Amino acid sequence: MSTQTNSPRTGSVVFQNVRKQFGAFTAIHDLSLTIEPGTLVTLLGPSGCGKTTTLRMLAGLEHPSAGRILIGGKDVTMLPANERDVSMVFQSYALFPHMSALDNVAYGLESSGIRKKEARERAEEGLQLVGLGGLGQRLPAELSGGQQQRVAVARALVLEPQVLLLDEPLSNLDARLRRKVRTEIRELQQRLGFTAVYVTHDQDEALAVSDRIIVMKDGVIAQEGAPRDLYEAPASTFIADFMGEANVLPCEVTAADAGHATIRIGGLEHRLRSGNARPGPSKLAVRPNAVTLTPAKGAALAGTISSAAYLGAHVEYEVETSEGLLFVVDEAVEEMLSPATEVAIGFRNRGLALIDA
Amino acid sequence: MEHRNRRLDLTLGLGLAAFLAFPWYRIEGGFFGLGWLAEFPSDPAVAPGLAQIFAHGRSWLGVALLLLAISAAARFVRDADRRGLVLAIAGAAGVVFLALQGLAIGFGGWTWTISETVFGPLSQGQPSMGAGAVLAALTFVLLFAFGLAERGVLKGDAFIVASISLLVCLVIVFVFYPVGSMFAASVQDFDGSFKPDGFIRNIQDGSIWSLSCVVGEGRCGVAWRTLWLALMTASGSTLLGLAFALVATRTRFPFKKGMRLLTVLPIITPPFVIGLALTLLFGRAGVVTEFLSDAFGIEPGRWLYGLTGIWIAQVLSFTPISFLVLIGVVEGVSPSMEEASQTLRANRWRTFWTVSLPLMKPGLANAFLIGFIESMADFGNPLVLGGSHGVLSTEIFFAVVGAQNDPSRAAVLAIILLCFTLSAFLAQRYWLAGKNYSTVTGKGDSGAHSALPRSVSIGVHAVVIPWMIFTVVVYGMIIFGGFVKTWGLDNSLTLDHYAKAFSISVTDGAIAWTGVAWNSFWTTMEISLIAAPLTALVGLLTAYLIVRQRFAGRDVFEFALMLSFAIPGTVIGISYILAFNLPPLEMTGTALILIACFVFRNMPVGVRGGVAAMSQLDKSLDEASLTLRATSFRTLRKVILPLLRPAIVAALVYSFVRAITSISAVVFLVSAEYNMATAYIVGLVENGEFGVAIAYSSALILVMITVITGLQLLVGERRLRRENRVLSAAPARPAATTLSQEKTA
Repeated sequence: MSTQTNSPRTGSVVFQNVRKQFGAFTAIHDLSLTIEPGTLVTLLGPSGCGKTTTLRMLAGLEHPSAGRILIGGKDVTMLPANERDVSMVFQSYALFPHMSALDNVAYGLESSGIRKKEARERAEEGLQLVGLGGLGQRLPAELSGGQQQRVAVARALVLEPQVLLLDEPLSNLDARLRRKVRTEIRELQQRLGFTAVYVTHDQDEALAVSDRIIVMKDGVIAQEGAPRDLYEAPASTFIADFMGEANVLPCEVTAADAGHATIRIGGLEHRLRSGNARPGPSKLAVRPNAVTLTPAKGAALAGTISSAAYLGAHVEYEVETSEGLLFVVDEAVEEMLSPATEVAIGFRNRGLALIDA
Repeated sequence: MEHRNRRLDLTLGLGLAAFLAFPWYRIEGGFFGLGWLAEFPSDPAVAPGLAQIFAHGRSWLGVALLLLAISAAARFVRDADRRGLVLAIAGAAGVVFLALQGLAIGFGGWTWTISETVFGPLSQGQPSMGAGAVLAALTFVLLFAFGLAERGVLKGDAFIVASISLLVCLVIVFVFYPVGSMFAASVQDFDGSFKPDGFIRNIQDGSIWSLSCVVGEGRCGVAWRTLWLALMTASGSTLLGLAFALVATRTRFPFKKGMRLLTVLPIITPPFVIGLALTLLFGRAGVVTEFLSDAFGIEPGRWLYGLTGIWIAQVLSFTPISFLVLIGVVEGVSPSMEEASQTLRANRWRTFWTVSLPLMKPGLANAFLIGFIESMADFGNPLVLGGSHGVLSTEIFFAVVGAQNDPSRAAVLAIILLCFTLSAFLAQRYWLAGKNYSTVTGKGDSGAHSALPRSVSIGVHAVVIPWMIFTVVVYGMIIFGGFVKTWGLDNSLTLDHYAKAFSISVTDGAIAWTGVAWNSFWTTMEISLIAAPLTALVGLLTAYLIVRQRFAGRDVFEFALMLSFAIPGTVIGISYILAFNLPPLEMTGTALILIACFVFRNMPVGVRGGVAAMSQLDKSLDEASLTLRATSFRTLRKVILPLLRPAIVAALVYSFVRAITSISAVVFLVSAEYNMATAYIVGLVENGEFGVAIAYSSALILVMITVITGLQLLVGERRLRRENRVLSAAPARPAATTLSQEKTA
């Protein structure tokens, strides 16, 4: 692994106007994106949004119907999968069931024409890298789910690809293991400095591991940016709701100046940070923990608690208002409000975003 | 780019060698005799392509050379897209040109009048294609494939494109071309003119379509009888095969090893031998018949000679095939699915009925289809047991070789047969459409197969045990028959038959093979051992392409292959004779025609088995291999083949055995130099030498058992789970068994 840490082989990824059709169905419409070398970029979206197709086109398992794909500046659009300098971790791991873990990891090295002895040594190093040293002789069926997953990662990493592709690598693991493995993957990526493209439908996972997130919907990019940008400045109700839950309320921008905007919802006026708001009707995305509830009657924006659930660290409320049902998370567990309480609704200074669309 | 140039350079080198280093035309004494080397390259008969063009007046071949030169020039084109286009066009043009010139120019010049009027008469004709011409054709096919691959066809995978192109060419040459020749012959008069009278007369024949057994007195037409027989045989052999597969994998039946051997026995038996053995048992002078007649006064009947007898013989013959197909499927059902079902409150009966059995459905459909088509195409059993109640395949045979000599009647019967088998194929496709049972996944899979529900277990045992006993008795008759002087007349024991067939004498320190059987025996072994691996290779490669690759015309491709399976051997035999007796391809009387016949007749079974097994392999395994820098060839070799071992064994065993035991096509294709065992045995039977015939058959069976056992040991079992174990029905001592499993793991 020494060669890897000293000189990280890392390449950029460019999609230029890529379209992919399966018969009459268009899975990807005119996709263009750039992934900087050494970054971990997540393709995020609900199932059927085209994220896996995008990844498979990058791997060479599907070829685009139109457009170009570049890896490390080289046009690979027509190159078959085995001639591309990428490797992939599959959702099902796709470990070869008839080969031991070591043989699985050495497989790609041997395919690249490396001598068997050296391939095995490097495979052993690869297994140690993922913490499975000494388990090389086991068959995949004799490993636990988490171990299998790590073998799959090691198998892809020992090839020192320019780009590592991960297709929902955690979906077969339980929640606690998922958090641990995703941290490990992120650490490995930062330590070794390779470019990684990560496909998932889980926004927590995406927020946790990514340098950048590309959210896809129906074969087009809905929004891309750093995790914070997506969470704090969603460009659409879809993004706002998909990147963590959000209440979307219709509102009126009454005044806007440099960096701030004043809005009115019902009778409530609120001033918030906003880059490019213009006066007129708009929508406000409110995170569940950005709402304050104060027992009061006849407030500017009034509501009635319709349900309250105690979850230990916080309380979840559903609040009936004139603007619709609000989902609220409140950490003031001691002063838990009971259903049918009338409350005044207010907003905190964070967790709010104006949506243009 | 270097990769692409290297393979292109190799191919161009091959093309150059085709024109320079090999005789272009067929060598009379045989290419592999190497007798041509003495006169090479000056003699016109053995001259290479280049000399034929410039020195021997075959100037038209210059077109092929020009196309090769164009391809060589294209090598230096930088733009991959344009270069691919040039290569593909030059390759395709080369193949088409070689085929056309071969068909159009025969020994005496133009064979078609239209080309003669267009191009004018030729100074001289040409003999059949030889090594040079065949290599040139291969070069053009490869150039075409590489050209397409460089243009990104099939994700730019040159191996896949080349495999598909080659297979398509081979299927066209060895399946469509012969059958086409035969159909052309059926509507032609002897002088080659179009004359459809015979065709029209035969298609309306009452003896084919009559329904009088249902609506009135008399017998039904041969078409209906064949259909009924095939349905019954397919149902019988599928059910029996399933029962055997279940007993072999899901019970603790004590004689599993013996059962496996027993089920293999009938396919390693030349088909007419089972017919003969049944005659010895149930015929008018048979053992059982005479016993019943003596003990109970039951009048000896002729019930065996007809559909009933053929049905029994066919079920005996084809159950093992369906067993071989089904055992892989039954083993392939993931134990975790059954365990999942049991945890879902399903008892063993419900698990079997709602999970295990539906997962086996594709396999069952395959087994049924194979049984159906085998029955339709079967020739040996109806020949022995049919009597006057023939089926389509024997009727075809007699239409050609008998006193009738009516090729158009044979063609009509063949078309009817084809319709039946193709309908079965379509029905199966429709039924299985969209059903995908991936049960060997990339995820490690552990667990134990659940045992059968009690009632099913009793049921399958009740079927399997009597059938095993029956099989033992039938084979006992075969073995015993070889040692009896004259069956029914003189039942004294003798070794004469074996001595006559297989005697060896040592003269002057050298072994002399003096027995009458040795000649055909060695030929049979040689040809079968060449044909078996080729068949398995072509069959499994085809299965891989069909299951794993999406290419234009894939359905047509698969359909064409199944078509070759659906053509009965009698028809194949005649069509090969008609097609390969004259230029451009002349192969009659050689070993090559027998090998080609076996490969393309038996390949579809390898394909079916491979398809069934491969559709249980998760596709992400291939994809993982591809992203791990492996070419698709390496993927096939390292990942797919090891996981397909049961299917490989089945394909090897089946093709080897079929090459030895097949008779229907072979009787037309054997020659004095290359005589096959079955054809020789049929000759013995015709001469009334039953003893020697049966002795020879028994010896063949013994040899096949040896080879099959060797193959099974050689290929071995695949190791996916800790072991293939069957959960005991009543978990009496679970602790002990788990402990031993942990140790072995």
